[in-house]
Amino acid sequence: MAEETGSAAHDTTVLAEVIRGEWSRLVAILVSELGDLSLAEDAAQDATEQALVQWREGIPDRPLGWLVVVARRRATDAIRRAAVGRNKVDLAARMDERDRHDPSSNAPMSSRTDDPHDPFEESLMRDEQLRLIFACCHPALNTDAQIGLTLRAVGGLTTSEIARAFLVPEPTIAQRLVRAKRKIRAAAIPFSIPPDEELLVRTDIVRSILYLIFNEGYDASAGDDHIRASLCEEAIRLARRLAELTPDDPESLGLLSLCLLTHARRDARIDDEGDLVLLADQDRSVWDRAMIDEGQRLLDRAMRLERPGPLQLQAAIASLHDDAASADTTDWRQIELLYRRLSTMRPTPVVALNHAAAVAMVDGPTAGLTMLDDPLLADRLARYPHFHAARGRLLADVGDREQAARAFERALELTSNETERRWLRARLAAITAD
Amino acid sequence: MKYACLIYSDENDPTQNPSPDSKEMEPIMAGYFAFGEKHAGSIQGGEALAPTETATCVRVRDDDITTTDGPFAETKEHLGGFYVIEADDLDAAVRIAAEIPHAGLGVIEVRPVLDFG
Repeated sequence: MAEETGSAAHDTTVLAEVIRGEWSRLVAILVSELGDLSLAEDAAQDATEQALVQWREGIPDRPLGWLVVVARRRATDAIRRAAVGRNKVDLAARMDERDRHDPSSNAPMSSRTDDPHDPFEESLMRDEQLRLIFACCHPALNTDAQIGLTLRAVGGLTTSEIARAFLVPEPTIAQRLVRAKRKIRAAAIPFSIPPDEELLVRTDIVRSILYLIFNEGYDASAGDDHIRASLCEEAIRLARRLAELTPDDPESLGLLSLCLLTHARRDARIDDEGDLVLLADQDRSVWDRAMIDEGQRLLDRAMRLERPGPLQLQAAIASLHDDAASADTTDWRQIELLYRRLSTMRPTPVVALNHAAAVAMVDGPTAGLTMLDDPLLADRLARYPHFHAARGRLLADVGDREQAARAFERALELTSNETERRWLRARLAAITAD
Repeated sequence: MKYACLIYSDENDPTQNPSPDSKEMEPIMAGYFAFGEKHAGSIQGGEALAPTETATCVRVRDDDITTTDGPFAETKEHLGGFYVIEADDLDAAVRIAAEIPHAGLGVIEVRPVLDFG
């Protein structure tokens, strides 16, 4: 691909983008017709590969419709080729039936994707995509499986892209996906929108998976690149999709808002040497203002629905940071109050840690340290590098260099992220320098 | 689809497994009775098991039969019984399993039954 001329390479990139944009709808439609994620994914893969070649002559008017027709044919062939069981014969017959429909007739099945703006079509499409997302994030799957499946089936990332993003060998990711799909099939995990009484909990799970993906890209727990921007962007794409699919759920809006408000700072987080720049020291002029504006508009929309939740609170905190023209004009008092509310809603150790940092900004480092020294909290965060780094900073602030050094050393033991390690070593050097 | 619901709890914890004739046992027994009635259409079979101290393990190696005293696994939670249920999918099976009284006291493992038919 590198040898192609500029314009040909550009075409392939544009094509790949268009195709990627249709991926999750394509897989969702196929899953709902085939009832089998592996079959759907393979068929979608075949169809998109064909599209990458054939669309060089021109992208069809209805790209999704084209992909669906081709994918259906692939799926039918695959079903026929596989060992014949009664179910598969039935399925193949149904697929043939569908193929035989004249696309120009208004038969419901084949006209499915001919008018994507038809409200009936749109709500069908929405349900199919939601079903796919809920299945990928089903609680009967472990977290790694949920993340992998969501990125692959909904996000359209290749196994190789997922492996590179998480710094895990490609065969490991491939195995995870195989096992996950096997479990879906063997245990009959349904592709369905959960009933009302389970909807809240299940949507929360979807959001936590998307937020995990975003954080993986933002923090990068191992390796040299501190920010894996493409994972963040993928999480934002998925969060946007979820917000479109659940427009009356303020927490979905909150998630998208939070990701945008955070990702907006990406260009300021790493300096020219590739080192980490803390929020307080960042050059705010390179923050993405358009992204911040969008994040804040979404937050306003969410808050108008008057159903507060942890993601909205976290978005509000991010919004206050992004609002401040400089670090010293940050409204820490408001932020501390928001963390106080958040810690009653979501009393996790990490929230307590962030709350303590805010308390330190309002009431001084000693107050923050007192919170961090709570034995229960310290015990639960013992293996969390950020805890020790935060303690180190506060201890340095009160002048206890020895304890600060110990804390930074502990943090160093616990993180393999090169950017974070460089920052910690610099803090250590500053402390021990006379 | 058929699912096995394997009922695990700590038989040494009197909250989870009160002695059979005690007052504390009554609501649990009532719960099982109600479960059996409510899900009669889904339940294909099931049994309560005697405590693990009554268990015997059997192994045959090179035609030699060895029996040992006790359950297979020395764990904190013990297999106390099981149901085999019929359900459309995992979510439906889980909803049923959630109503087994020991779901609130211990753990129910829900696993598909293999169909060789």
